[in-house]
Amino acid sequence: MYRREKSIALRSSSSALYNNLSVLRPPHKPVACLGAVHGPTVTVVSAGGDAAGCAQRQLQARAGGGASLVTQAAWCVLPARILLVLTCQKGIQMYESDGSIMVYWHALDVAEHPPAQAVFARGISAAGERFICVGMSSGMVLVFDIPPKGTNITVSEVLKEHQTPTDIAAELGRAPDGAGDLVTADDAGMLCVWSSGEEFSLLNRIPAFGWTCSSVRLWNGIIAAGYGNGQIRLYEAATGSLRAQVGAHARWIYALDLAPATGKLLSGAEDSFVHVWKLSRSPDTDDVEIEHCHAECVTDTQICGACFCDPEGNSFAVTGYDLSEIFCYSQV
Amino acid sequence: MSARTLPLLFLNLGGEMLYILDQRLRAQSIPGEKARKDEWTDVDRKRVMNDIITTMFNKKFMEELFKPQELYSKKALRTVYDRLAHASIMRLNQASMDKLYDLMTMAFKYQVLLCPRPKDILLVTFNHLDAIKDFICDAPGILNQVDETFRQLIEMYGSLSAGEFQLIRQTLLIFFQDMHIRVSIFLKDKVQNSNGRFVLPISGPVPWGTEVPGLIRMFNCKGDEVKRTEFTTGGNYVTPQREGSFELYGDRVLKLGTNMYSVSRPAETHTSGSSKTLASSAKENIVPNPLAKEELNFLARLLGGLEIKKPGGSETGFRLNLFTTDEEEEYAPAGSGLGQAALTRPEELSYKVVNIEATEEPARRAELERILGDLEVAEPCAESCGKGEDLLALMDGL
Repeated sequence: MYRREKSIALRSSSSALYNNLSVLRPPHKPVACLGAVHGPTVTVVSAGGDAAGCAQRQLQARAGGGASLVTQAAWCVLPARILLVLTCQKGIQMYESDGSIMVYWHALDVAEHPPAQAVFARGISAAGERFICVGMSSGMVLVFDIPPKGTNITVSEVLKEHQTPTDIAAELGRAPDGAGDLVTADDAGMLCVWSSGEEFSLLNRIPAFGWTCSSVRLWNGIIAAGYGNGQIRLYEAATGSLRAQVGAHARWIYALDLAPATGKLLSGAEDSFVHVWKLSRSPDTDDVEIEHCHAECVTDTQICGACFCDPEGNSFAVTGYDLSEIFCYSQV
Repeated sequence: MSARTLPLLFLNLGGEMLYILDQRLRAQSIPGEKARKDEWTDVDRKRVMNDIITTMFNKKFMEELFKPQELYSKKALRTVYDRLAHASIMRLNQASMDKLYDLMTMAFKYQVLLCPRPKDILLVTFNHLDAIKDFICDAPGILNQVDETFRQLIEMYGSLSAGEFQLIRQTLLIFFQDMHIRVSIFLKDKVQNSNGRFVLPISGPVPWGTEVPGLIRMFNCKGDEVKRTEFTTGGNYVTPQREGSFELYGDRVLKLGTNMYSVSRPAETHTSGSSKTLASSAKENIVPNPLAKEELNFLARLLGGLEIKKPGGSETGFRLNLFTTDEEEEYAPAGSGLGQAALTRPEELSYKVVNIEATEEPARRAELERILGDLEVAEPCAESCGKGEDLLALMDGL
C-alpha cells in the first residue's frame, strides 16, 4: 500500500511530454532534486525543505536565439559526475547538477531537415562509465564523452538505427555479462540493445509492432518497455526475446521507472493510473516474472511523469499534464 | 514540435465557433415576414454562416494553412478568428469576441484531452467538417470548398503514424496548457470541475486497437506462454464496438467534436470567472514566436480596421443577445442540472455573462463585399513575405 503525502508545488504546470519528471537520486543519498518541463522552461525543485522552503530554479531553453520548447530534462548520474541534461527544439544543453552553470550546448542543424519534419532532441541517459546518450528527431543517437570535470565534452559516436527516438535507458555497472547495458526506443516502437564502451556495439534489434514505445527501462538484464497501446512488455536484453506482456493501462503510457535495489516497476499513463509492479527471476527456470502490487488513481490527471524516489521503490513521485504540483506517495 | 498542427487547430476551433454562432443566431431569429428592419431573420443567419464558411475555406488561405509550420502565438491565432467572425454582416464587440474565443478554445481543449487515441483528433476534425457541411448543404459552391479541404486532410494525415499523431496532440496540449476557463455546459454535464480541470473517465471503451487492461501473460525463453494472471486495474473498461470512419463520408463513431449546442439546450454558452484575466495569465511565451514584429504591425492595422462604428443616420443597427442573460438562470426549471450548478456554485465563481452585440451596417457590408471581390484577383506576395506572414496577410485581405 502506498499513501499520498504532501505534494510539492511547482512554479508552473507540467507539459504533456513523455517521461516528464526526473528525480536526482545521488548514490547512497536521499533524493536531492526533482525536475519537470513546462513549455520552454524546466523547473528544478530541491527536495527536503518544507513547502515554503523548497528552492526552485527555472531553466530556459534559450541558447541559440529565441525560445524553444523543451522536450525532456533528466539527470545523468555517472561515477565521476552528475549532469542535468535538457533537450529542446534547438539542441541539447548540459548543466551542473543543480542547474546553476551550463557546461555544454549542442545546437541542432535545423536547415538540413525537410520542412515538414519536426526538429528536436529527446531521450536522455547516462551510459557506461563516462558517456551520455541523447536521441535526435532525425533518428540519430549521439554519444557524448563526458570528462570528470570541465567543459571539454565531445561527440564520440553516432548511433544510427532509429527513426525518431523517444527514450533511452541504461544499467550502469549492474548488467549481467553479455546482456547489454543500454537500450534505445523509438516512435515506431522498435528497441535496440547496445553494449557500451569505447565503441558501442548493437546486440539486438527488437522489432516494432505498430505502437510507439514511449518509455523504456533496464534492470538485471530485463528490458521493461511501455507502449502507446497501454501495454508493458518485458524482454530479455541478451536475446531480445519477449518474456511478458502486460495489459497495464487503458491509454497511452507516458512513463516507466525501475527501483534498482528491488526490481519494482512504476508505470504512469494518460488513463490517470499509476501502477506499481514487481519484477523477478525464477531461481529454478530463470524465467522472468512480474506481479501487480499497487494501483493508484490520480483523479482527473493525465500522467506525464512518474519516478521512484529511493532505490528500494518505497516512495514515488508523479506529475500530470496541466498540473502545477508533484504528487508524492510513500509505502505504509 | 509537430509542424503539422496548425490545420487541425484552425479547423476545429473554427468549427466550434460556427456551432456557437449558429446556435445563438438561431435562438434569436425572428420569422422573416414578421421581422422589423433591425431584427435578425433566418436569411441573415444563413448569410452569416455562408460568408464565414466561405472565408474560412478560401482556397489560397487553405494552401497557406496546410504548409508545414510552427503554431502561431495565442494572440496571432485569436486575431485570425477576430477577422473570421467579422467576415459577414455580424459585428461583435471585444467582450463578446473574448467570450466566444474562450468557449471555442475550451471546447477543443476538451476534445484533444479526451480523444482516446492521438489519431482520433482526425475524427474530431471530421465531425466538425461534417457539421459544417450541414450548415451549407444548400450552397454547392461552398460545399465543394469544404470537400476539397477534407481531401487535403485525408492526404496529409491519412498516412501519419501513431507517434506522429501523438506529437501533434502534445503540441496542441502545450498550446492549451494553463487555460482553465469554466464553461457552464461542461460544468452542468459534469465533465469539468469547478477548478476548471476536465473530468477524466476511468470507465468505458478503451481506444480502438487496444485491449482492456488486467491481463499478464508470461513466456519462457522459447516463446511459449507459461503463465497467465489477472490483476485489478481500478478502472471499468470495455472493448470498443468499432472504429470510426476516416473516409470522406462515414460514421465517425466518436462523438467528440460534434455539435453540443442546440436550440433545445439554450442555456449553455456561459463562461464564468474573469475569463480575460484567466486567459491572459496563461503564459504567452509558450510557443516560440519569430513573428512578433509582424504580429504587432498586423494587430495595429486591425485596431483601425475592426473598430466598431456606432450605427447612426440612415444605418439600421441593433443589439442582439447572442449569449443569453440572467433570465435563463431564473427560468431554469427547479432540479435541472443548471439549477443545481447554480446552487453549488461558490460565491467567488459567480458567472459574468457577456452579450454579443450584433449590428447590421449596409455601408460596411458594401465595403466588405468590395474587399471580398478584390480578393479574387489579388495575389499574395509569396516571395517577399515570410510563410506565417503570408497566412496572416491573406486573412487580413479577406
